[in-house]
Amino acid sequence: MSVISSPPRTVSPFNAEAFEQFLSTRQEPAWVSDLRSRSFEAYRELLVTELDPEEWKRIDTRAFRPEKFAIRDGSTAQGGSSEAAGFATLLADRAEFAGVVSHVDGACTRSTLSESLATKGVLFGNLSDLVRTHGDVLKPHLMTKAIKPEADRFAAWHGAFWTGGTVLYVPRNVEITEPLYSLIGLAAEGAADFSHTLIILEEGASATLLEETSSASATTAGLHVGAVELLLAPRSNLRYVQLQNWNEKTWHFGHQGGRVERDASLQWTVAGLGAKLAHIHQEVYLDGKGASAQVNGVTFATDKQLISYYTQQTHNAPNTTSDLLYKDVVRDKARCVWRGMIKVAKDAQKTDGYQRNDGLLMSDTCRVDAIPGLEIEADDVRCTHGATAGQVDEEQLFYGMCRGLTRSEAMHMIVTGFFQRVYDRIPVEIVRETLGQAVERKLGIRE
Amino acid sequence: MSSLLKITDLHVSVDEKPILKGVSLNLRQGETHALMGPNGSGKSTLAYTLVGHPKYEVTDGTIEIDGTSINELDPCERARLGLFLAFQYPVTIPGVKVADFLRHAVTNIRTPERKEGEGLIPMRDFRKELKARMEELGMDVEFARRYLNEGFSGGEKKRMEILQLAMLQPKFAILDETDSGLDSDAVRVVSEGLRKLSGPQMGSLIITHHERLLEYNVPQFTHVMLAGRIVETGNADLAHELHNHGYAAVRERHPVEAAEEQEVQQKSVAPIAVPV
Repeated sequence: MSVISSPPRTVSPFNAEAFEQFLSTRQEPAWVSDLRSRSFEAYRELLVTELDPEEWKRIDTRAFRPEKFAIRDGSTAQGGSSEAAGFATLLADRAEFAGVVSHVDGACTRSTLSESLATKGVLFGNLSDLVRTHGDVLKPHLMTKAIKPEADRFAAWHGAFWTGGTVLYVPRNVEITEPLYSLIGLAAEGAADFSHTLIILEEGASATLLEETSSASATTAGLHVGAVELLLAPRSNLRYVQLQNWNEKTWHFGHQGGRVERDASLQWTVAGLGAKLAHIHQEVYLDGKGASAQVNGVTFATDKQLISYYTQQTHNAPNTTSDLLYKDVVRDKARCVWRGMIKVAKDAQKTDGYQRNDGLLMSDTCRVDAIPGLEIEADDVRCTHGATAGQVDEEQLFYGMCRGLTRSEAMHMIVTGFFQRVYDRIPVEIVRETLGQAVERKLGIRE
Repeated sequence: MSSLLKITDLHVSVDEKPILKGVSLNLRQGETHALMGPNGSGKSTLAYTLVGHPKYEVTDGTIEIDGTSINELDPCERARLGLFLAFQYPVTIPGVKVADFLRHAVTNIRTPERKEGEGLIPMRDFRKELKARMEELGMDVEFARRYLNEGFSGGEKKRMEILQLAMLQPKFAILDETDSGLDSDAVRVVSEGLRKLSGPQMGSLIITHHERLLEYNVPQFTHVMLAGRIVETGNADLAHELHNHGYAAVRERHPVEAAEEQEVQQKSVAPIAVPV
């Protein structure tokens, strides 16, 4: 691959010496270095602190060896020509995007934004550059509100070592109608990606960002310790999609947080198709009166994959709405874990919270753990939750076969239909299509 | 030449419990047969067995189409040979659109050698055909976009079965109480629908308790089941008689089976296996 034309200098393992060396190569503004140092201190403490068992007890990370992965030095990153080479992207060629940002092995390889949006003050680019050029815009938001470095070991690790990532900033009342696109790629064997996605919508702004992760090859081991921060000022409107489609040799740890202020609306879709082991900590905070969030999840785990989510919907203000629907399909020896929680603060009266996880098992050896939860301190709320898990229904299979479908075809149709409920909630057509086709590919019924 | 579905001395058990105890019946393309009998006599068991439901174990006897046994074939293979069951309790498949489901079904039935992932019949042709059939059956074409049987009323589900019958044009159609649970308008719609579809290319086996369906689709043969056997076969008059007078006379004429029926009913802790 052209991306790896010379052996990269590496930083590994993630010890104090390595951190100091990493820091010295970055040459960032003091506030960024300080944030990294603070994060690294937290990381060292949290490394020897037990992970929250409520979140982690069902996830076996014993086989995870951080020392096998290394951050590639950003200075060796090449120009735009290598962008997306070899990546089987699901979304990249689907539509005209108003802007594209790509990262490979943690380094930005491409960054474009339509002229008209740039002149309106929209920023869309690489975090590593933008902390230097637009520190005043980013500083109040970067790891201060949605995700703090002290949150847990992975957030701290990420805070110390983030290498880049996609930033979207939309000024007040600017509405972006075309979607923007972000690719996070892993190419080199043993590469670690610490991408940070930061989206800041000012009051009344609106945007759609479609992001996907992809591996250049099916056989290279990779690590992603990522973070996603979505910051929605009052009356803003964000659609954010993250489609996790790594190869099955990649470890994926993601801390993702969204903060939604008064009358703002967030529609957040996560899809988990790839990774050896993926764990996503996803929190959405309804911070202002009238804020709403819809969270959609599509997960399809096969072989020995483990895909895990820890989701929280936190209502901090009255008249807020959250609506989470996850659908998981598992096959072979795969496993899916979902632990959900709705939290309602004392003042968050008239809250409407909903969470539901449905699991569908395609084999006898796979497993779904789905555990919903509620913590409600207000007294005038409507919160409902539910979880189901079951094998593919034999009577549905029989019915399909009676109409000339083979057992496998009927099974696949049932699986597709199972996901349809989530697709129906996604307003971006290319995302619906892409997800449908990605699932079909994984089912083995599409090239 | 017309095809023949030949059932010979069929014995069927469910969970090792014998339900059918030697059923023989010949159904030829173009013929209409009525299958009647009291609850628990084995009518639905015969229907499910013919299309290959895995719960129904054939312990003896054969089912043949044109001389070839289909005993070992799975439901998909049987469907592709031209067998169709209109379900008494149609199954809901959430999230699968009627049109998508039927496009796959129609392609497979018309191209029995098709493998999964291979091409489907052209969308334009399919839509045109589906629309025409729906209009003939007085169905709102919007139904094609709905998810299969999801949120459908009883009548809508039965009409959906008839629509599938119309699209798949089977050689042998088994209708398992397609008229049950419907109001009289819906029964008329379904009965007329079936009549329109009948012809020299389709043999039907109509399982029913009611007369309406048979008024529109007059059977050449009426079979009466009791305790897992066909005890009488007659013409349309027999169906009429059973409808007016019930099964008391049949039981009198067949005391052995009637006694067996009573015995089973007294013991019947295990319910009749009917998939829902």
